[in-house]
Amino acid sequence: MAMEVTQVLLHAQSIDGAVRKNAEDSLKQFQEQNLPVFLVSLSGELANEEKPVETRKLAGLVLKNALDAKEQHRKFELVQRWLSLDGNAKSQIKACLLTTLTSPVSDARSTASQVIAKVAGIELPHKQWPELIGSLLSNVHQLPAQAKQATLETLGYLCEEVSPDVIDQDQVNKILTAVVQGMSSSEGNTDVRLAATRALYNALGFAQANFSNDMERDYIMRVVCEATLSPEVRIRQAAFECLVSISSTYYEKLAPYIQDIFNITAKAVREDEEPVALQAIEFWSSICDEEIDILEEYGGDFTGDSDIPCFYFIKQALPALVPMLLETLLKQEEDQDQDEGAWNIAMAGGTCLGLVARTVGDDIVPLVVPFIEENISKPDWRQREAATYAFGSILEGPSPEKLIPLVNVALTFMLSALTKDPNSHVKDTTAWTLGRIFEFLHGSVVDSPIISQANCQQIITVLLQSMKDTPNVAEKACGALYFLAQGYEEMGPSSPLTPFFQEIVQSLLTVTHREDAGESRLRTAAYETLNEVVRCSTDETAPLVLQLVPVIMMELHNTLEGQKLSSDEREKQSELQGLLCGCLQVIIQKLGASEPTKYVFMQYADQIMGLFLRVFACRSATVHEEAMLAIGALAYATGADFAKYMPEFYRYLEMGLQNFEEYQVCAVTVGVVGDISRALEEKIVPYCDGIMTQLLKNLSSNQLHRSVKPPIFSCFGDIALAVGEYFEKYLLWAMSALQSAAELSTHIAGDDELVEYTNSLRNGILEAYSGIFQGFKNSPKTQLLIPYAPHILQFLDGIYMEKDMDDVVMKTAIGVLGDLADTLGSHAGSMIQQSVSSKDFLNECLSSEDLMIKESAEWAKLAISRAISV
Amino acid sequence: MAPHDIRRPFKRAAISDQQKRRELSLLRQAQNRRDAQQQARCLASSILSLQSAAPESQPEQSDTEIETVPESEQESEAFSKDLDVRQASKLRGPEVRKWFARQLMLPEWMIDVPDRLAQDWYVFARPAGKRCFVVSSNGTTVSRQRNGSILHHFPSALPAGAKIRDGSGSAQSYCILDCIFHELDQTYYVIDMVCWNGYSLYDCTAEFRFYWLNSKLEESGACNAPSHYHKFRFSAVPVYNCDSSGLYSAYTGVVPYAKDGLLFYNKHALYQTGNTPLALVWKDENCSQYVIDTDGKGEIPSQQQVVLELQDDRKLVTSDDPPVLFGCLDGDIIEKSGLHTGNLLRFAIGDGGLSFADGKLEKADLIYLGKSNRARAFADSYSKVLFQFMVRHSPLKIDDLLASINSANDQEKTPSDIEMVG
Repeated sequence: MAMEVTQVLLHAQSIDGAVRKNAEDSLKQFQEQNLPVFLVSLSGELANEEKPVETRKLAGLVLKNALDAKEQHRKFELVQRWLSLDGNAKSQIKACLLTTLTSPVSDARSTASQVIAKVAGIELPHKQWPELIGSLLSNVHQLPAQAKQATLETLGYLCEEVSPDVIDQDQVNKILTAVVQGMSSSEGNTDVRLAATRALYNALGFAQANFSNDMERDYIMRVVCEATLSPEVRIRQAAFECLVSISSTYYEKLAPYIQDIFNITAKAVREDEEPVALQAIEFWSSICDEEIDILEEYGGDFTGDSDIPCFYFIKQALPALVPMLLETLLKQEEDQDQDEGAWNIAMAGGTCLGLVARTVGDDIVPLVVPFIEENISKPDWRQREAATYAFGSILEGPSPEKLIPLVNVALTFMLSALTKDPNSHVKDTTAWTLGRIFEFLHGSVVDSPIISQANCQQIITVLLQSMKDTPNVAEKACGALYFLAQGYEEMGPSSPLTPFFQEIVQSLLTVTHREDAGESRLRTAAYETLNEVVRCSTDETAPLVLQLVPVIMMELHNTLEGQKLSSDEREKQSELQGLLCGCLQVIIQKLGASEPTKYVFMQYADQIMGLFLRVFACRSATVHEEAMLAIGALAYATGADFAKYMPEFYRYLEMGLQNFEEYQVCAVTVGVVGDISRALEEKIVPYCDGIMTQLLKNLSSNQLHRSVKPPIFSCFGDIALAVGEYFEKYLLWAMSALQSAAELSTHIAGDDELVEYTNSLRNGILEAYSGIFQGFKNSPKTQLLIPYAPHILQFLDGIYMEKDMDDVVMKTAIGVLGDLADTLGSHAGSMIQQSVSSKDFLNECLSSEDLMIKESAEWAKLAISRAISV
Repeated sequence: MAPHDIRRPFKRAAISDQQKRRELSLLRQAQNRRDAQQQARCLASSILSLQSAAPESQPEQSDTEIETVPESEQESEAFSKDLDVRQASKLRGPEVRKWFARQLMLPEWMIDVPDRLAQDWYVFARPAGKRCFVVSSNGTTVSRQRNGSILHHFPSALPAGAKIRDGSGSAQSYCILDCIFHELDQTYYVIDMVCWNGYSLYDCTAEFRFYWLNSKLEESGACNAPSHYHKFRFSAVPVYNCDSSGLYSAYTGVVPYAKDGLLFYNKHALYQTGNTPLALVWKDENCSQYVIDTDGKGEIPSQQQVVLELQDDRKLVTSDDPPVLFGCLDGDIIEKSGLHTGNLLRFAIGDGGLSFADGKLEKADLIYLGKSNRARAFADSYSKVLFQFMVRHSPLKIDDLLASINSANDQEKTPSDIEMVG
């Protein structure tokens, strides 16, 4: 049997496709026939020193894949399968794996490490394999270097695989002791030290208690800092990675070490090899992230309770940190702007500088301005680019009062550089900087406008001209135009862009047709800018937006006149269709928002819908999210007439609802069902069976991303409101789904993210109840709802008593109370009177400062007073 | 364990345009959902406040309103009618179509010229567009078409038509207007006023209603250009006494809207719901694009088509009250097509046409085509069938109308002449 596995595994790596296929089939067959024997023989193969290294590795890999998968549901199945596997087989497999850790063959050891971690990931949470960590660590000091390295690597993978709460503090202490000792400078073997340093990175999450102990923390920090000075570059890099991780996990413990860390990082940034220097910069970026979060929290509602205080590390380090970062800006690579994947020290330094500006605000300005002034006109392009980048970086964070005088001086210079500078890199950064100026210092938020009638024309001329430059420069120019347009949103009935509207739109369309528009995501940027220009346009330019409709339709039409395409071309085509559908969506929403333009626009509705349906037909298995979004906007604009598209559209709607993998598509489709319900009202009835069945299926699936579930509940409400008492058909199922979700969502135990999710779930449930009550109102069938009333009132009381609902839920909840009273009337009078919601909750809402809550509460009060008076 | 990627977004805005589109869509959907819910609640709360508040709210009324007490009897009557309108807003499907169709005054078609046209009638050019009821109440305005479907839901400068906190207008104030919505200039042309600011005009003569309409509509600001709290412009139509110059003006005069025929209103008639011979419609090619009925595809069928209701005894009748008999349907067809009493059926009028005796229909050459469109609430009226028949064979021309006015003038002069001589 064992011999056979070796042969099959060898064949499975054959270059001959037929042989390979055959081998893969036999492996599959073997696995299906006798799983325990199959897995045991794989582990035997891995452990067997006689076997060729390739088959040992592959055996380990197949074993690993039998334990874990990317897809959640598949992973769950595999876990269950392992847990129910024969105990003897499992013992044999584990024994083989542990033996392999001492193998002289490095690939075999490494593979075994990973498989052990997978098994541990399954078993430790179930309190199985309790002896694992003990046996790994029992004789770690006596082991030969290779085995020691493999053991530390295994610990690293294990910490990555399992969550901290399944390992006792006692065992955590043992792991950390072994790992930190392995890292220390006294460890002579480089591989061991590297494995230990990488293991620590994963083990840091387990070290909460140890970081609270001054002595232990000092020790760990000393060892990590020492490792950053190791002669081996990979160890230095791994040690800095640990520092980065510590900076976010243990920010509040860093004060005693921050000066030393600054010295270490500064040296690394200036002198070390790039991978190390990048991590050193990342340490400061990460500290910025922390402090920005903390300071934002201060700005919100600072309670001073258990929140982490800000230690102002950045502010303190500022005089040394800023010069260090400015130096990095001069280390640009040629052509980095044309390389999408580029990430170098200048880019990392510039990014960090931007974060520093956001952290400290005004204080950074005097430290950067001299650098800009000194370098901005130098003959060396690196100096000009660095100066420009520095300027662009500090535009977010400092106050407009501090920045606007600088911008007023710089603007003309920038516009001239964008057209005249001989270096493309400088132009790229200049255009980007202009975009940042418009993003942060232009628009209704700023008191003294930087753009006047005088320079507006010049700005537009320069930007439109730059849109003919190289793709990366043109892309940034589009971005600048995007923010320029955005700043004029809500400026009133007349926009300064109106005189240029036609020219801007024409230039953007020309950009989309450039041969090289596929580079630097130029085409995407041009369409995004076109969208923003349309979104922010005013009534004055509505006729021009209308003219754009047939133009974009024609573009979309052209993508559909497909010859046979390669898969690569098909992907590009789909991307372009996405952009065009997105553009149409924006246009539909814009024109649909006012009656006169909507009326004229509707002449295109049939044709547009025809195009969207053809876009769907291009894809065999899945619908296009962008087309779906656009259809939602179209349904809203079309109203009841949308019914004529339903026979053809319905199958794609269903397809969208079934798309669990791309859950965004599913979520968007659920939203569109809401749009269609409101548009069609009772005309949606013929499609309700299919839609409701699919929605209920989605709710009960554990494969669907949870974020889609709240909107599904809201969608129940939309449908019920549209079809009225016809909803009776689905009432039992919908109510039972709502009821169990309501029970789950009454109490929250968890972090902020879970609180937020639970509130969105509550809101969805409540919107469903609202829609159902209002849909059934004045129908002879309202009595069908009476049995559900006690539970709903209980739910309202429950979430009121939890005291953790947000304003949106509060408003929806009190509205449901009103709807219940309004629809059930005297049938529910006494029930309502007994509920807490009808008293304390209602009073709280009536005195709320939020107008929407108050309005809903007044409605509820009126409805209740009537229900209990009759 | 490979090194960890630390690349950060470089020269990129933090949010993608697609994400932005998604979020804006969600925002719009949430807003629409809120509107839909709010609307359902609004209709209800206005009914609640009317039913319960009428007796309760009296102590709260301010002193200045005490003067209006003598009118309260009339007002409560108006409420009961108005209440029907609002309660009906929540009917569904065919009920709603029938109900709304019954609430509007529906003119008969002019198949002969009424007497005393010049003395007793108004004439005006009917705007082309959707006939609808516009109801403003409780801070919002809703227009509903003849079939009951909502055309718009919007704020307006009509009393109680928008949520503006100027305190004017009591909670019970509301308006009901009979309008035609003219797409091209997005304007509601008010052709009749049913209730104004809580005051019912159902029982007022057309003369008074038109007078009130002209003075109050302008005063309310509803004729102003659209704005945030006033989404559509309202406009009165020029109404003429139906003498020869008035008729001529209505027929040829320039109006800001596309004309669809002429409407004739008897000055002394109250606002009567349903078909009435006291309001008449007349069309020819010069003042309407839609003289001869078209079919579903917008084409004029070679034979005139009519919709009739099937009665118990296989009789085919019009929607008039009392119904006019057009013939009987073969039992075979009824069985074969599975028809039931009350079905609305479509027929063509064959070459035999319609024949009359003593001014009454004697025989109609009907060819069965099938069931009518489900959206239809009623069979055709007798006057409509006849008008369409005349249009195809011997139309009533504008000259005939003018001649009738002039001859009436002559006749009026004649008796006075005779008296002089006598």
